[in-house]
Amino acid sequence: MAAREREFTAPTVQLLTHEGELRPSPEAEAYLPLVEALHDAELQRFYRDMAVSRRIDVAGANLQRQGQLALWVPSHGQEAAQVGSAHAARPQDHLFPSYREHIVGMIRGLDLVRVLALLRGATLGGWNPEENGNFHLYTLVLASQTLHATGYAMGLQFDGATATGDPETDAAVLVYYGDGSTSQGDANEALVFASSYQTPQVFFIQNNQWAISVPVARQSRSPLSLRGGGFGMPGIRVDGNDVLASYAVTRQSLEEARAGDGPSLIEAVTYRMGAHTTADDPTKYRTDDEVAYWEARDPITRYRTWLEGRGASASFFADVEAEANDIAADLRRRALELQAPTREAIFEHVYSEPHPLMVEQAAWLENFETSFENPEGGAA
Amino acid sequence: MSARTEEENHVTDVASDTPSTGEAPVRGVQTLSMAKAINAGLREALRADEKVLLMGEDIGPLGGVFRVTEGLTAEFGERRILDTPLAESAIVGTAIGLAMRGYRPVIEIQFDGFIFPAFDQITTQLARQTVRHDGTLSMPVVIRVPYGGHIGSIEHHQESPEAYFAHTPGLRVVSPSNPHDAYWMIQEAIRSDDPVLFFEPKSRYWPKGPVDLDHAGLPLHASRVMRQGTDVTVVGHGAMIATLLQAADIAATEGRSIEVVDLRSLSPIDYGPLLESVHRTGRLVVAQEAYGNVSVGSEIAATVAERAFYSLEAPVLRVSGFDTPFPPAALETEYLPSPDRVLEAVDRALAY
Repeated sequence: MAAREREFTAPTVQLLTHEGELRPSPEAEAYLPLVEALHDAELQRFYRDMAVSRRIDVAGANLQRQGQLALWVPSHGQEAAQVGSAHAARPQDHLFPSYREHIVGMIRGLDLVRVLALLRGATLGGWNPEENGNFHLYTLVLASQTLHATGYAMGLQFDGATATGDPETDAAVLVYYGDGSTSQGDANEALVFASSYQTPQVFFIQNNQWAISVPVARQSRSPLSLRGGGFGMPGIRVDGNDVLASYAVTRQSLEEARAGDGPSLIEAVTYRMGAHTTADDPTKYRTDDEVAYWEARDPITRYRTWLEGRGASASFFADVEAEANDIAADLRRRALELQAPTREAIFEHVYSEPHPLMVEQAAWLENFETSFENPEGGAA
Repeated sequence: MSARTEEENHVTDVASDTPSTGEAPVRGVQTLSMAKAINAGLREALRADEKVLLMGEDIGPLGGVFRVTEGLTAEFGERRILDTPLAESAIVGTAIGLAMRGYRPVIEIQFDGFIFPAFDQITTQLARQTVRHDGTLSMPVVIRVPYGGHIGSIEHHQESPEAYFAHTPGLRVVSPSNPHDAYWMIQEAIRSDDPVLFFEPKSRYWPKGPVDLDHAGLPLHASRVMRQGTDVTVVGHGAMIATLLQAADIAATEGRSIEVVDLRSLSPIDYGPLLESVHRTGRLVVAQEAYGNVSVGSEIAATVAERAFYSLEAPVLRVSGFDTPFPPAALETEYLPSPDRVLEAVDRALAY
């Protein structure tokens, strides 16, 4: 008996070729109308957001190297997957990020100085999702947020806040995670629950090829999109360096979720051009050739080529560059002005209701610290 | 009878004398098992707030393996009594998402030893959502955990893991010892805006006791003197209270007067009644089914030594499960603290 086939493949939805031509792959044909419906202003906004993201990456890395941030988490290379998917969401949707989706937060209205505060050690969270475009907090324990997102989507369903037939109000949940996180139990349990309860939800995996230093082949021998079918939901593989395809596939999946058709899983194939974080040294585990391969597939370059072919002016690109510089400079300035929280913050909000240990220990610390400021008073 | 508890006194008084002050009809005192009392408490909570929902494995038509949720699906439907897929981390993780949406999920973990797949979601996520959100998000999630030994079961079914959670900031941990407390404490836990680990002593699920359906008595985190005494204070929680009351009965026949304190809450711990008791007796024995090493009992011993040093006539002594895995059930009576082991410690305390 011949050996059974052990190679698994999945077609990739691609609208823009690596060279910047709009030439949909066979799987992408159905998505073309969603892109054709986009106005020029929306298409330009995609470019602008990707360019801003890349510029902020430089500012963030510089701040870290200058000792102003504990860490910077770059998105260089993943801009199309993030910008396309974020613009696919409607205002009423809820987005659960991992910790790399800065531009997604910005698109939802978050002031990114809040992210810098988190990375500067000034807060454990940083923003109220309800006041920031339903962009939930970063979650550092990998894949934990996939379950929170699923529970939230269950709540939307129980509330009747979805699947009423009104796309202007029906809500869905979009949750981000990475190829490394797909190995976590929580990521798999979330798919089980989402499928079981048919939640209005899209799982968006950014497969950036590397979980710090471990290649995606160690996480999965088959395309991650194939996992959708195993859990009873569509799994779609999209070129994550193609902002139009990332937008269209996410848009379609979210519309299905809002309509009550259940969850979907998207694998956006992309590449982390930089380090995992500023604490990482990718030259130790990957080759220059590999990086060059992906450099040639850069999401911004290809999209710019396409926009230029459609007649976008040089001044548009110059304006975007200037705006990106301004945003980065403003963020840098305000990051440097961020103040450390006062010591009471250690104890505040650990509980919603009064708790004796918080009261006792806060009073003790206050007394202890002030005893140095006023030695005559002395500690109790 | 000398072993009569304050609670029984309270219940008797209420039943005979106290008129109802509210508009609700007087429902009086019923004799219920703890399982039925929690069932009744859950029913009250589900009726009182439509945001309350139950999640767990086999809690639907079956009513849970201990039947604590029996009949609730029939009254409240599958949308509020969620028979979930079999994954503890997901049950807690999705409950966090539901709480973010304004729900008040009440989770049943089927057995103590099966809570650990959810340990990460409980300690790194559930316990920290409120502080991470700067207080703009509360986390009213209750996790019910049938726990403890005395039921002769197989591995992972007789454990006492409460210290792991009492050690974790952001969580509240309570454990009722009797049906009346169980009925009221489960409702208070569900009303709490903080996450509450609700440890149910499964060996006490079936013995019946009086439940005053009209008068709650103490707040959720209050400890209480269950039996007054003058020679030695013994303190514990959950199923251990029955053991301590037995020990006090035996001691009384030997002319020794033991005061029994029920902690009721392990995080926070209400030290007031305990310290007041130790100031009078000068001796303290802490008893628990859990492993003694780095346990709730250790914390109590340290705190009482700090706060009642000059009242103590003897070191605070601990009676615990041994620092081994819970043994095969055939050996559980030797493993678990018994009245005799408690009295052995009482003797040692009195020998100082």
